[in-house]
Amino acid sequence: MPPASAGASAGEARDPIRGRPPPRPAALVPASVVLDHRDVGRALVRIAHEILERNRGSDDLVLLGIPTRGVPLARRIAAHIARVESHPVAAGSLDVTMYRDDLRLRPARTLMHTEVPPGGVDDKTVVLVDDVLFSGRTIRAALDALADLGRPRAVRLAVLVDRGHRELPIRADFVGKNLPTSLVEQVRVTLTELDGDDAVLIEAAGREVLT
Amino acid sequence: MRRHLLSAGDLSRDEAVRVLDTAGELLALADRPIKKLPTLRGRTVVNLFFEDSTRTRISFEAAAKRLSADVINFSAKGSSVSKGESLKDTALTLQAMGADAVVVRHQSSGAPHRLAAAGWIDGSIVNAGDGTHEHPTQALLDAFTLRRHLADGTGDLEGRRITIVGDVLHSRVARSNALLLSTLGAEVTLVAPPTLLPVGVDSWPVTTSYDLDPTLAKADAVMMLRVQRERGAGGGFFPSAREYSRRYGVDARRMGLLPDHALVLHPGPMNRGVEISADVADSTRSVIVEQVTNGVAVRMAVLFLLLSAETTTGTDGSPW
Repeated sequence: MPPASAGASAGEARDPIRGRPPPRPAALVPASVVLDHRDVGRALVRIAHEILERNRGSDDLVLLGIPTRGVPLARRIAAHIARVESHPVAAGSLDVTMYRDDLRLRPARTLMHTEVPPGGVDDKTVVLVDDVLFSGRTIRAALDALADLGRPRAVRLAVLVDRGHRELPIRADFVGKNLPTSLVEQVRVTLTELDGDDAVLIEAAGREVLT
Repeated sequence: MRRHLLSAGDLSRDEAVRVLDTAGELLALADRPIKKLPTLRGRTVVNLFFEDSTRTRISFEAAAKRLSADVINFSAKGSSVSKGESLKDTALTLQAMGADAVVVRHQSSGAPHRLAAAGWIDGSIVNAGDGTHEHPTQALLDAFTLRRHLADGTGDLEGRRITIVGDVLHSRVARSNALLLSTLGAEVTLVAPPTLLPVGVDSWPVTTSYDLDPTLAKADAVMMLRVQRERGAGGGFFPSAREYSRRYGVDARRMGLLPDHALVLHPGPMNRGVEISADVADSTRSVIVEQVTNGVAVRMAVLFLLLSAETTTGTDGSPW
């Protein structure tokens, strides 16, 4: 097995360093917590309300989380929306592995589960949900994957953290926290469902990595 | 680095489970409006078939096309092979055309190994059946089918009992299944007349029996093998098709001896009335048609895992 799950708690570790110099784990200084579990909870509630406001209600709304950590985030946002609107909101998952642009450059990855809610995505407003927005390449792959599933009326993007450094003309519609970072830093997202606790952490690499 | 799939015995349990898990996700593709993934766009898969085949060739072709690979079909009939071209020259031709993967079926055991080891071709070699030796993707799709019914589609086959019945001597399916299913933790029993068990079967990770009925009561699945008349089975190996059928064919009576959850598999093509009766083949316990569907997903998984990591290796040097 390739290290798809190595450093499993790293939002960016499943997608590390596309072509950039890899940060050396030995050079990492202790992680600093940027958002704790209460901050994450508040950010998700706010995103849920923003989605409702933007969509003028929850009609024809489908939330699709991008594995791994986008999936529980999508479920939680859907639960918040359902609580506010008093009726359930469709949530699922969208694996983008087969649509990535770096498949030939990296070891084969394990496919994750794609689960489209029973109503499909045709003529729905689909909100893609991911933990960290970085280069934008994952979202490009997600847009391609989504196009093969149907034709949504509109596609939006919600992320818990936007850390900048986009490589494609892609932006998020709903952002939990804008987090200016340097390229040698790593952003880690942990979630209760997978890691036992909610948090967003930054791990800064040592300066010598820049050389 | 493992770039080829030559023998089911090469796969570790983790690697085999990885192929099956990948196939499980790819199976859902068949229910989608667009049954195609862009993953192998621009890659070339050559189906190199020196021996007649319907379902394996079509299955590999469908698998490669669903991954957007370009497919070149090559069959020995109507090609330069019928003019006497050697395996080497055919291989060099394919190399010159830039084949990323070559799916080989050959009447000689070991031909895929020769292609993989000789350095004639840079691409990955996938054994699609060589002589009486191996047919690893058939074993993977059988394991996948068994796992869906006996293990909820996850993990391995630890402790399941699989009985493989019939012409083991000429069967590459039997060898690959015996190796793979025991790797996955299943207990495999081979049942055949003494004349149709190969020399050295005592070194396989299986138990053997000449008597079918006693093995059925404990079996979770029974896999019927085709009597391979084209390889000489029938000529002297058993007295008559009728006697073979009476002792080693599965019919309604024998199906009654199986536990209620047990499955009947057959790699196809079937000789109805010889190793399997028509009512068993068409019964609800038979998963023979499902095996064909699963075959496409499993072959997609194999091509994806072999080809997507072309330029790198995993931490353990394996693409699986």
